[in-house]
Amino acid sequence: MMELVCPAGTPAALRAAVEAGAHTVYCGFADETNARNFPGLNFSREEMAAGIDFAHDRGAKVLVAINTFPRAGAQDLWHRAVADAAAAGADAVILADIGLLAHAAERHPGLRLHLSVQAAAANPDAINLYAQAFGVRRVVLPRVLTVEEIAAINRETEVETEVFVFGGLCVMAEGRCSLSSYATGLSPNMNGVCSPASHVAYAETAKGQEARLGGFLIHRTARGAPVPYPTLCKGCFTSGDQTGHIFEDPVSLDATRLIPALRKAGVSALKIEGRQRSRAYVTQVVRAFRAAVEAAERGDPMPEGLLTRLTEGQAATTGAYAKTWR
Amino acid sequence: MPGRMTQPPMPALPLPLPLSPLAAVLSMLMRSTLRRHPAILGRMGAAAGARFLIDVTNVPVLLLIEPALRRARVLPRSARPAHDAAIRGRLSAFLSMLHGAEDGDALFFSGELTIGGDTAAVLALRNALDDAEIDLTEEIAGLAPAAGPMARRLSGLLERRTGLSLHRVTETEVRE
Ligand code: SF4
Repeated sequence: MMELVCPAGTPAALRAAVEAGAHTVYCGFADETNARNFPGLNFSREEMAAGIDFAHDRGAKVLVAINTFPRAGAQDLWHRAVADAAAAGADAVILADIGLLAHAAERHPGLRLHLSVQAAAANPDAINLYAQAFGVRRVVLPRVLTVEEIAAINRETEVETEVFVFGGLCVMAEGRCSLSSYATGLSPNMNGVCSPASHVAYAETAKGQEARLGGFLIHRTARGAPVPYPTLCKGCFTSGDQTGHIFEDPVSLDATRLIPALRKAGVSALKIEGRQRSRAYVTQVVRAFRAAVEAAERGDPMPEGLLTRLTEGQAATTGAYAKTWR
Repeated sequence: MPGRMTQPPMPALPLPLPLSPLAAVLSMLMRSTLRRHPAILGRMGAAAGARFLIDVTNVPVLLLIEPALRRARVLPRSARPAHDAAIRGRLSAFLSMLHGAEDGDALFFSGELTIGGDTAAVLALRNALDDAEIDLTEEIAGLAPAAGPMARRLSGLLERRTGLSLHRVTETEVRE
């Protein structure tokens, strides 16, 4: 069966994921070493060790995401995170930075290494290089490839591939984008936050509900209408005489219907985005996807549209997997 | 950082009588909840010092909570208390989120909950409460253990009558 890799932003969400049928849970420490460095989220060292024990007792695995790029001179924080994840019994660490991969391969030879989507390795040459140089065993593919391209990659590499099937979308090559840094001074890859909450302000005005990021108006919606989170790439902007979602609509990824095709394309694991979401989200999404991968295994048709309420903009897309870009 | 909300401070008058006992009970409930779930304040970090205005739109009063001070205040709707962050929505939305029946972001995307002021503080509060797996009925029962069985029965009855979520949902109860 394809492995279902599920998010957990808190110990409660980790337990919810395991109980809902996650084969594997991924999570991170409560600092800038992981790309979901949000207020009130993530794990202390003790919580991580307890979470790993909980998962292992129930036959599930835990991957620790240490997937931001270390700041020069501050690499100790990242090195300690790798050592602590290994000591806590993590089944693998998810890394993006070449220096950190080299460090982990050298100092923790027994630790399984996964290449984070933040590394944006999107072709067999890049992926095989990471495998040869650092012993990377699995790559999380950036959300810019079609199913055919994923199948072609799998034909040319022994490295396992993991792809996103549900959740918020980063429409550039995985955080390699300066929109958030420009508006807030904080970067997705370096500080682990895109469009950080500390720079978000909502206000009700005579013109409607306004959402701003770093002072820039990102959305204005009618009172009572859904208000998207002001992620810059999903903002509504005016350019020339056009006003609209210039980069991407505020929609989320839902590739449920593509699971059989992804399976055929040789994908090993399916990943659900959403470490910033609640345990209610985790339970519902994991349960639905566990049922879907079991259905795919039996050759049954895929269930559809079960999770629309949980998606941003209350609308879903199959993203690049089956899309021509605007 | 979003600016602190600059509404005029609440006049330093005693609350109208019926609100004071309610505030006292809520403060007691908050103190005992924070005692039973010590991780909440740690998880909130600096955001615990924020003043949260909880505006339950179908309830006649406003609630102002200050987690670090372990204090809850009940205010008439006419009050305009100074606060750092505000969350607004119907009682059912707040309770469903608290009990893990519904996802906070989904309630927010659908417009059932709106937020104002310090967004990071709201997220910290939301995430800390989600991790704490609070069960309001059990928290209330914990205030007076002798009356616990009665509180549980009453809560079950109210839940069936009103459709409100009054206890923590288990994995199998999470809505499809
Ligand atoms: S603004 Fe959008 S494209 Fe840029 S890093 Fe954030 S989510 Fe990705």
